[in-house]
Amino acid sequence: MSPVQLPPALQDVEPVRSIRTPARLEYTFTAGRATSRFLRGIQSHKILGERCGTCGKVILPPRGSCPIDGVPTSEQVELPDRGIVTTFCVVNVKFSGSAMELPYVCATVLPDGGDMGLFGMIQEIPFDQVRMGMRVEAVWVEDDQLTHDLASIKWWRPTGEPDAAYETYREHV
Amino acid sequence: MAEAEILSAPMVVEYPFSRTVGPVQSAFLTGLREGLVLGVRTGDGRVLCPPVEYDPVTSEELGELVELGDTGTVTTWSWEPSPRPNQPLDRPFAWALVRMDGADTGLLHVLDAGSPDRVSTGMQVRVRWADQREGAITDIACFEPA
Repeated sequence: MSPVQLPPALQDVEPVRSIRTPARLEYTFTAGRATSRFLRGIQSHKILGERCGTCGKVILPPRGSCPIDGVPTSEQVELPDRGIVTTFCVVNVKFSGSAMELPYVCATVLPDGGDMGLFGMIQEIPFDQVRMGMRVEAVWVEDDQLTHDLASIKWWRPTGEPDAAYETYREHV
Repeated sequence: MAEAEILSAPMVVEYPFSRTVGPVQSAFLTGLREGLVLGVRTGDGRVLCPPVEYDPVTSEELGELVELGDTGTVTTWSWEPSPRPNQPLDRPFAWALVRMDGADTGLLHVLDAGSPDRVSTGMQVRVRWADQREGAITDIACFEPA
């Protein structure tokens, strides 16, 4: 029980119960050379990774160096816009600014031949049927709306092919 | 690749938090909305402004709110020569700790003094109320020299 004693002037007015305390950060993201190449590839309907000359892994999205070996990557590798869901989550909470209908599925999709996954959404399948190892393909925006932004891939959808065995992607989970 | 070909884009990260304020801050903010500055009295007779729910020395639960005036004394300050976007004033100002008359502790706010030459520790200041008040610390638009 609250011991609060209000002054007379406040006893008959609606009390304040909560305050808004937004935290906001505005900044400019500079993609750098490698990620700029990747984003221009997306604008051209292509997924471009870069291979590490030391470990041979295909880095995606490329940052210009291998995060494992620390050496510069230079060989461009075009990957298909098909792959597998390595991990996913079902989103049940509405975020401000999101127009997505709940629930929806966010996933990491590993394109065939790549060694790192891309973040994306899974659609055209009920949320409770999405699974690890499911094979998917990208659904792109219309060609005249392609831009250097991963939003050019609207979502990924199941291809109907058999699921990949866990052993084939376990190092990517 | 030339620098001009490197992509950049504006980004915004925003967390639209809101929080409940509890009974004592509720009274303080309701007071501001109604144009009153409130403090809270402790068991040993001190008055804390801004008011808190528990005595920071004895941990005693507090609740006796007292009306203060709209004047106070600057106890310490720092000049802000180039305000950033979304700071309380769009011109240079002082951040100041103001001990309201009748209170024993300081309230952190903004002092619109025009120049650091016009600010000194011990100076008297007065609340300038915001035109539109909604129950927030920004209901005090700033302090000004009294």
